[in-house]
Amino acid sequence: MEITDIKQWYISNFELFEESLNGSRETPFHEVRRSAISKFSELGFPTPRHEEWKYTNVAPMLEHKFKLPTEVAKVPKEVLRDFTFDTLKENLVVFVNGLFSEELSNIALNSDDIIVSSLRNAMVNHADLVYKHLGRYVSFEDESFTALNTAFTNDGTFIFVTDNKVIEDPIHLIYISDGDTELVSHLRNLFIVGKNSQVKIIESFHSLSDTTYFNNLVTEVFVDECAIIDHIKLQEESINAFHISNSQVQQERQSVYRTVNIDLGGGLVRNNLNVLLNDEHCESHLFGFFLGQGTQHIDNHTFIDHAKPHCFSNELYKGILDDKARGVFNGKIIVRPDAQKTNALQSNKTLLLTDDASINAKPQLEIFADDVKCTHGATIGQLDDEAMFYLRARGIGEEMAGAMLRHAFISDVLENIKIEEVRERMDAHIIERFTKALKS
Amino acid sequence: MLKVKGLKVAVEGNEILKGIDLEVNKGEVHAIMGPNGSGKSTLANVLAGREEYEVLAGEVLYNGQNLLDMKPEERAREGLFLAFQYPVEIPGVSMSNFLKTALNELRDHHGQEKLDAMEFFALMREKLKLVNMDEKLLSRSINEGFSGGEKKRNEIFQMALLEPKLAILDETDSGLDIDALKIVSKGVNQLRSQDNAIIIVTHYQRLLNYIVPDFVHVLVDGKIVKSGDKGLALKLDEQGYDWVKDNVSEPVAA
Repeated sequence: MEITDIKQWYISNFELFEESLNGSRETPFHEVRRSAISKFSELGFPTPRHEEWKYTNVAPMLEHKFKLPTEVAKVPKEVLRDFTFDTLKENLVVFVNGLFSEELSNIALNSDDIIVSSLRNAMVNHADLVYKHLGRYVSFEDESFTALNTAFTNDGTFIFVTDNKVIEDPIHLIYISDGDTELVSHLRNLFIVGKNSQVKIIESFHSLSDTTYFNNLVTEVFVDECAIIDHIKLQEESINAFHISNSQVQQERQSVYRTVNIDLGGGLVRNNLNVLLNDEHCESHLFGFFLGQGTQHIDNHTFIDHAKPHCFSNELYKGILDDKARGVFNGKIIVRPDAQKTNALQSNKTLLLTDDASINAKPQLEIFADDVKCTHGATIGQLDDEAMFYLRARGIGEEMAGAMLRHAFISDVLENIKIEEVRERMDAHIIERFTKALKS
Repeated sequence: MLKVKGLKVAVEGNEILKGIDLEVNKGEVHAIMGPNGSGKSTLANVLAGREEYEVLAGEVLYNGQNLLDMKPEERAREGLFLAFQYPVEIPGVSMSNFLKTALNELRDHHGQEKLDAMEFFALMREKLKLVNMDEKLLSRSINEGFSGGEKKRNEIFQMALLEPKLAILDETDSGLDIDALKIVSKGVNQLRSQDNAIIIVTHYQRLLNYIVPDFVHVLVDGKIVKSGDKGLALKLDEQGYDWVKDNVSEPVAA
């Protein structure tokens, strides 16, 4: 299919989508949707000629005419058991094929101070609050997937925490894909955390079938003064999933944003994670791990914008690529002229287990201030033969030794998942993947 | 227990071992001595199964099995243990996870039940005492940040834990101070019994004051040029290796 045709497909879907909107069409935000679709029409889908998409070709995705979901698919409640954490008192916000499922969700929090809601409901019940923030942090000017998401924004998760609140129980957003229709969802998340408040957010992505689908997410996060957010993202979708995610985090004075991003699934995955350090003494910790097997393609683009002085950012992304899997890491850091005393650390390490696996790693530092500390490094390697021999010489089988070494390689990423149950689950899933790969 | 016949081994195309014959029986302690570059470590590593060594000729029988056909882990499970000359650091793998896995693989191989956590830690504590090491060792990553002496003691600790039938100590004494040397020797002597054997690869005679060998072999330029009892080690210590080397250069009459 020609790219122009598929672009037209999305645009014509927008017209159908508009008709389905009813009341939401009358809000000022609808004008934003309209300008977003015209921006998308102007930009089109990125090609490898586009600098930011040099190593990730979305062409395979453009061969599918994904449909918008129309009704919430029935999924038995029991499936949640595999995705939730028994010992945590989680607030569950569940989506099935991109639509909020009231039935599967379980939200204990909700007051005037704390709102955890589907975006669709929040646009009605908390309209002023939502429209004050929605679309304010992320730009779709040169990002066609964000433009597309903005045009189709209708559901997602809205989290609002007023000032001085500590929410101990995590909020868990679960995204489930199921059924045999090739669907697209443009989920839109908005997390607003007030001054001196704290919240833990887990997002997890799962597939129940192996149908091809497309998740096109946009998440806006606002971390007000002295607020702390722990944000964990676990992507375990099927290898037939296309997963594109754009996140924009804005941090205010002395705030802390900590995130761990784990990609185990997806056939074609692209994460853009942008953090703006908008005032002094902010701290950002970005951790990532990606595991590629078969022909998976996993691309992580991060961008940390040190706009103000005295901020600290620390970034560690690790990847293990097997078979013919491909990875991309692009870590951009800008230190603006004003941002003196910036301390920025970045590291990216990848293990290539076969000759056919590949990684394109690119640290990209642009420093315009003169009194800063910035370090970056990218390494690409293989499993250490000496370490392998050492373990085997103690009677540990080759498979197990390999799994232990790969697990060791990512331990400094995983240890940053501060919720023990979540970390243990991830550990188990990753080890299972390591050993499964060896058996097949 | 171990029969090495006419073993020739090359590393990256260079022939290092040029025909080794060696027989080690149950209950014996053999010392293999020799100058640097004589092939001592190559012999130790090829017996343990390191893959980058190319066996050109010869055979090695271990309890009647063809050792060279076995994977390193199979050799270990059958009771062969190499104390590494340079134990490798493995960040991210804790000593306890490592040892539990190794011990359980070994037990599994011999049809024994896995140890539960209590039994495992009781055993650890007992063996740690033997090498004067602290329990904190167990939560550390393998050899990471260990001093040279700690690394060597860690090797002996693992040996004590795995109770091998044939232990090969590859220059375990080099770089050890006298206190650590005594600790290491004590660990080795405890293992020594009528049922197992030990091969000590060393450059110096000092360790042999503490672990008295039954046989001493001198390896020069890839060949065992002289074998004897512990007296040979003392002579080497006094006179160096030159006198044996000189003997080698003369053609040996058949």
